[in-house]
Amino acid sequence: MDGFGIRIEGLRKRYGAGDTAVDALKEVNMTVAPGEVVGLIGPSGSGKTTLLKCLGAVIEPTAGRMTLGDEVIYDGGWKIGDLKALRRDRIGFVFQAPYLIPFLDVTDNIALLPMLAGRPNGAARQRALELLEALDVGHRARAEPSQLSGGEQQRVAIARALANQPPVILADEPTAPLDSERALAVIRILNRMAQQYNTAVIVVTHDEKIIPTFRRIYHIRDGSTHEEAGEGREIAD
Amino acid sequence: MISLAGRDILHSWGKFVFTGVGLGLLIGATLTMAGVYRGMVDDARVLLSNSGADIWVVQKDTLGPYAEPSSLRDDAYRALRGMPGVARAANVTYLNMQVQAGGENASDVRVMVVGFEPGQPGEPAYLVAGRQITRSHYEAVADVRTGFRLGERIRIRRHDYTVVGLTRRMVSSGGDPMVFIPLKDAQEAQFLKDNDAIVNERARTAANPSLNRPGVPGLLEAIQASQTTSHSVNAVLVQVRAGHDAEAVAEPIRRWKHLEAYTRAQMEEILVAKLIATSAKQIGMFLAILAVVSAAIVAFIIYTMTLGKLREIAVLKLIGTRSRTIAGMILQQALGLGIIGFVVGKISSALWAPFFPKYILLEPGDALRSFVAVMVICAIASTLAIRAALRVDPATAIGG
Ligand SMILES: Nc1ncnc2c1ncn2[C@@H]1O[C@H](COP(=O)(O)OP(=O)(O)OP(=O)(O)O)[C@@H](O)[C@H]1O
Ligand SMILES: [Mg+2]
Repeated sequence: MDGFGIRIEGLRKRYGAGDTAVDALKEVNMTVAPGEVVGLIGPSGSGKTTLLKCLGAVIEPTAGRMTLGDEVIYDGGWKIGDLKALRRDRIGFVFQAPYLIPFLDVTDNIALLPMLAGRPNGAARQRALELLEALDVGHRARAEPSQLSGGEQQRVAIARALANQPPVILADEPTAPLDSERALAVIRILNRMAQQYNTAVIVVTHDEKIIPTFRRIYHIRDGSTHEEAGEGREIAD
Repeated sequence: MISLAGRDILHSWGKFVFTGVGLGLLIGATLTMAGVYRGMVDDARVLLSNSGADIWVVQKDTLGPYAEPSSLRDDAYRALRGMPGVARAANVTYLNMQVQAGGENASDVRVMVVGFEPGQPGEPAYLVAGRQITRSHYEAVADVRTGFRLGERIRIRRHDYTVVGLTRRMVSSGGDPMVFIPLKDAQEAQFLKDNDAIVNERARTAANPSLNRPGVPGLLEAIQASQTTSHSVNAVLVQVRAGHDAEAVAEPIRRWKHLEAYTRAQMEEILVAKLIATSAKQIGMFLAILAVVSAAIVAFIIYTMTLGKLREIAVLKLIGTRSRTIAGMILQQALGLGIIGFVVGKISSALWAPFFPKYILLEPGDALRSFVAVMVICAIASTLAIRAALRVDPATAIGG
């Protein structure tokens, strides 16, 4: 993917209409390069989750423009017919809680995505095992999600987000339930995966422990973004 | 692609098997109800086959002898024997009564006492134990469902009978097992009055001056004798000579003998379409209710199971799972529940059927039909859950 991984220009989102309307996003401008991890921080109610939902194509923005790679996906209206396929193939999601599917084992939780995209079961599982190895949870491949620790579950969730090699990963407070060591480990993994697979990653966070690790940070306040440089601190192993 | 429904069932198989068994017992009850009806129809057919008759000759304008009371003179069969196409004709009587088994367990059994002439139509078709009746009095052949044993002495009205043979599948349309005794005994049991009544009747006759005439010796005795012998039977069973059409033989009997004559097909129509029609409607009503209850249970279970998975469904939708995949998952679970239920129902109905007092006939065709019905019911019942799942907003997976 050349140029920008993600580009957002003049994005707006208004919930509801009339007296009760909420302008959750007023003026969002943002770029994330392939292989880059940026932080998105802001006070509660500032519009962080709303932004991820727009970018994740689960709610429709009100105005503006969103580009993934070299394809405009939204420009005052969706430019893509099949939003499900968009989510499945081109966007990876990581949430505050892992939300693994309890009735699938760890491998199939990840392999499900390539399978949904039409890949044969064998190839999908092979891909899942590679990712689990890369994230140091290969030894838990046949376990059930409920048998994993919180940190392991979150790594499996990251593996799932990466399963279809999406150009974009959206992470909403991925480290919230983790202690600082595990939180930093998750960010380290996201950085490594971003570089390895050339993925543009947005991490929404409140987490003081991980904020210093970003090289670039977008602040969002009252629905408007502004960019600033981060410390870009290296994370020790 | 893996089967999401299958994995979910394997993961929570305990819950599935448990609810499946519950549903299965309900389906078993449904199958049994159908079996009760089939058993009644089959009992009727077997009764007709085993009676060995081609034509039932009964009192005029009655649907006898099973569906309505019928009474005719016991010498009518002689005239019938002379009719064209008639091979054999024999008297039979039928009487529903409580019979007391002798011995230590003196319990009442409700039976249908059949009077027949040994060696003639009406004789029990085959025996599972013992022998046919050979003496002309006080021997009996009983259906095994009576619970009587060989050699047991049973009391019918004023006399004791020895059970010399056992037959099976001989039950009345009311479901009462049959006891076969010699015709003369049966006529006595059915039409004769008790001793007090006879004494009364004789005194009354003797007091009647027109019957007790001083100048006519022997008249009173002759009248009294005729009053105490019975000359009635309930039906004459006729066997048609080979090569003759039953209807063609029955027609002249109706015309010339002032009697009603039913062929096998007509008798079956009377038994199945008239006699057990109300029971059939009753059972049909019951089946309908059971179907609705099963549907409600499946719908409720699948719905609550789906509500418990809304978070996972939101995640599945967020990562791009098609609606039809999710609907398919829920549908397959409902059908899986139906399959478990059907298997349990089939097994349980087969297990408990022999313990029912009436014969229960579980037909493979009924099983197939109910399987299809169960699948359709489960599919319909899953729509509620599918609607709930399809309404889930994938945005809820991202949370706040
Ligand atoms: N579905 C909705 N309907 C109406 N208003 C909404 C809806 N979702 C969010 N909002 C409003 O939009 C604004 C932004 O919400 P959003 O969830 O994006 O905040 P956030 O930055 O993620 O906050 P937090 O850090 O607490 O998660 C808030 O004022 C919120 O009340
Ligand atoms: Mg939020």
